[in-house]
Amino acid sequence: MTNSWTDIRNTDLVVIMGGNAAEAHPCGFKWVTEAKANRGAKLIVVDPRFNRSASVADYYAPIRQGSDIAFLLGLINWCIQNDKVQWAYTKAFTNASFIVKEGFTYQDGLFTGYDEEKRDYNRDSWDYEVGPDGYAVVDETLQHPRCVWNLLKQHVSVYTPEMVERICGTPKEKFLHIAEMIGECSSPTKTMTSMYALGWTQHSKGAQNIRGMAMLQLILGNIGVRGGGMNALRGHSNIQGLTDIGLLSNMLPGYLNLPIEKEADFATYMSTRGFKPLRPNQMSYWQNYKKFFVSFMKSMYGDAATAQNDWAYDYLPKLDVPNYDILRMFERMKKGEVNLYFCQGFNPLQAFPNRAKLAEGLSKLKMLVIMDPLQTETARFWENHGVFNDADTASIKTEVIQLPTTCFAEDEGSLVNSGRWLQWHWPGGSPPGEARTDAWIMAQIHLRLKEMYRKEGGAFPDPIVNLNWSYKNPEDPSPEELAKEMNGSALVDVFDPNDPTKKILEAGKQLSGFGLYRDDGTTAGGCWIYAGSWTEAGNMMARRDNSDPDETGAYLKWSFAWPANRRIIYNRASADLDGKPWDPSRKLIEWDGTKWTGYDVPDIAPTAKPGDVGPFIMNPEGTGRLFVRKMMRDGPFPVHYEPFESPVANVIAPKVRGNPVSRVFADDWKQFADIGDPNFPYAGTSYRLTEHFHYWTKNNHVNSVLQPQQFVEISEELAREKGIVKGGWVRVWSKRGEIFAIAVVTKRIKPMTVDGKTVHVVGVPIHWGFVGAARKGFPANVLTPFVGDANIETPEFKAFMVNIEPSTGPVA
Amino acid sequence: MNMELSRRAFLRTSGAGLAGSTLGAFGFGEAEAAVAAYVKPFHLANTVEARNTCTYCSVACGIIIFSKGDLRKGEKADIVHIEGDADHPTNRGTLCPKGAALKDIVKSETRLTQPMVRKPGSDKFEPIAWDAALDKIARAMKDDRDANFIAKNKDGVTVNRWLTTGFLAASATTNETAFATYKVVRSTGMLGFDNQARV
Repeated sequence: MTNSWTDIRNTDLVVIMGGNAAEAHPCGFKWVTEAKANRGAKLIVVDPRFNRSASVADYYAPIRQGSDIAFLLGLINWCIQNDKVQWAYTKAFTNASFIVKEGFTYQDGLFTGYDEEKRDYNRDSWDYEVGPDGYAVVDETLQHPRCVWNLLKQHVSVYTPEMVERICGTPKEKFLHIAEMIGECSSPTKTMTSMYALGWTQHSKGAQNIRGMAMLQLILGNIGVRGGGMNALRGHSNIQGLTDIGLLSNMLPGYLNLPIEKEADFATYMSTRGFKPLRPNQMSYWQNYKKFFVSFMKSMYGDAATAQNDWAYDYLPKLDVPNYDILRMFERMKKGEVNLYFCQGFNPLQAFPNRAKLAEGLSKLKMLVIMDPLQTETARFWENHGVFNDADTASIKTEVIQLPTTCFAEDEGSLVNSGRWLQWHWPGGSPPGEARTDAWIMAQIHLRLKEMYRKEGGAFPDPIVNLNWSYKNPEDPSPEELAKEMNGSALVDVFDPNDPTKKILEAGKQLSGFGLYRDDGTTAGGCWIYAGSWTEAGNMMARRDNSDPDETGAYLKWSFAWPANRRIIYNRASADLDGKPWDPSRKLIEWDGTKWTGYDVPDIAPTAKPGDVGPFIMNPEGTGRLFVRKMMRDGPFPVHYEPFESPVANVIAPKVRGNPVSRVFADDWKQFADIGDPNFPYAGTSYRLTEHFHYWTKNNHVNSVLQPQQFVEISEELAREKGIVKGGWVRVWSKRGEIFAIAVVTKRIKPMTVDGKTVHVVGVPIHWGFVGAARKGFPANVLTPFVGDANIETPEFKAFMVNIEPSTGPVA
Repeated sequence: MNMELSRRAFLRTSGAGLAGSTLGAFGFGEAEAAVAAYVKPFHLANTVEARNTCTYCSVACGIIIFSKGDLRKGEKADIVHIEGDADHPTNRGTLCPKGAALKDIVKSETRLTQPMVRKPGSDKFEPIAWDAALDKIARAMKDDRDANFIAKNKDGVTVNRWLTTGFLAASATTNETAFATYKVVRSTGMLGFDNQARV
């Protein structure tokens, strides 16, 4: 989230698209209710189903899953055509005026540089023209034909209301009604918020779905303001934290990148990370990259990371491919290229697509290690449960070790919510039986490895034997020690270079913020964005003062929000070019003539004059980006691409199948239904129910009773067509597998007309499996295709093709 | 308002026995007051409270865990009740159908309580001691790493990566656990390292 849950109270218009907050985030959704009740805010829901959020919406429109970009670019087009643009904001705070290099083009669904063989682009032309002064060339009059604004205008012009109807199945008049409601928020005193979740991310173009809305929010002037923003309603309790700390194949903590093998040495790695400002006076805060990197390496390797060895740069593994993401790892498993796999509180057999492929992969491991508080299907993938898990137990040679861990109620530490608040919690109960904390288990593994490498030697022992593990009890590092380590501390006394009598930092003291991080090895800090969370003043994450002056929803004294306790990021954009709030009734920060002050921690240098420094301080432009340059693999603008399995060909680019740069493994192509395949005519989608949490709550008797029976949802029309009765059994199958469920025949789903063709939707809730207190059932991933987003490899769970027929139910 | 203090003050000034009438004055109906009169003193006088966060979604509702026994005094603590934290700015005491049933996931019959091993080809899990399990895991890691570690790529560039072992981390663990996990996993050179954020 750019904003926070409690900030939603400040909005005028909520758009829920790509999510279903009333169902999946009920206690956060209350802030929508507050905004509606107290401000007269309106709620728009756009979804294939008339869902729980739609049931309390002011306006609902259906949309075919996988067509959101056409809808969003349609909105941008409509806003441009109807002058519903916050011009002052767009001109000053976005890159609308930047001139794009000659040679950049877009045609038939593809940008310059496409290589069909490699399914990749040469992205060299996707950039700005740079002048002799080293700065990007701009045309503030927006007249230049190659300025971002004119390229955008041209790019979205195809997405007319008629085209939106043709691609999305959304009736034109409903689209126009929504466009008018949204267009009103181009006023400086009206704000819209976007609440989205996996309904946008789980597509082969998920990241571009989100960009589509972010671009709309920029031209409406809704980023950085109270009641605005791009608000990802994140799933697990600490999924934000694990993202922040970089527990991802290609990441280091704090959104730094793990090196690739072309970056053979530290100098080469840093050579593309200068982040020189692209416009005069801009902060381009990533210029501090080296400080964050070196402090991280000092935190990892202590005295073993020195200037002489480039801060132990060789200790980091180097990538030869963009990602060893989970899809790739299961592909490798299937090929017999993985021997050991650890699942810490993760149930991939249920959570990744094409279950049969996953089971095949797990069967080829030598050892699978499970660390979990609960039983999972993954831990028992070798057990035979008839149709629910038809494993050939005796032939599976994988050794499985299952370790019992504590759960939230028995553990202490911080979790990061969607709004980036780091909230500390305390244990309430003793762990059951012999369960231990994950941190203890990780310490045990590390200490054993370290000991073996010391005694026996072996492959490159250095990063293991030199890992900084200076905890009071190395067997069991405490949450306090780990939290302080992430915050960062001074390693030696540091004196002011201009005044050697003045001590800036004192050895051993906690740093008060990331501004004190240094690139000379004198500071250590595990995750720079968490600097300020545990300072010399104590544990800021444990703060529990819920005061909220003038009820802005900021709650600055409650817990700690990264970065720097800031509650709304880009908040400098809440004020105009002179530093006055766009909307005086929604003041966030303002320029008082000498400095920025207000309700939030300013997201700008406190004395940076309003006219000089742009609000998007992380970007070298100082602006938000309507044109994202080379930063995304699938284009500097979003394009409507069909899902890999789709009822129709891509109307705007008939030759393009799926996202043209998504990675698809050879065997998986064969398991996709053809476009418009008559054997798989119905558009499937998956979602979660409010009583359930993914696959966990199968272990909870109460939740299993509340929503016991696996079902699929279909329209009355499809039921009639297929002879399916309400409450009767159906079989649903895709090219990858079949499930059996009870049919819920409902008015909530209606057939849509897409490019002249009737498209029926089949809704498949997730939850069921073969362990726990719940009735046995089938996980939705039996059906779903093994392909991910082109940029980050999130699987395409939300749009796939199936068939359906009446059935007598599973024979167990 | 700091509810931690106010609750204590409430106990001191009104006393557990008077809670019923005090709550009545807060506007509870008679029936609710009767229940509250029974339940509240039980919470406040006989249990230990811990502030915690719901384990499910990232709304991150504040919760209060009530236990018999005090962990801070080194005692065993048995959780008897979990409810929404009325002081929390986001949820203001409310919980959803999952949050309201949190105690039942903590006390689930399918909680794991001891290390187990399933041997190759076997149709069951068998108990194994912690030390034996951890020794086995560490040995398997070292053997696999030593056999398959890639120090240099074909161009002779140092790459120090290990691709034959992978690790999925848990996005319901704390930041602190995540950082400990990060350090241990990354130090081995493993690249097949992800968490639920990938989904």
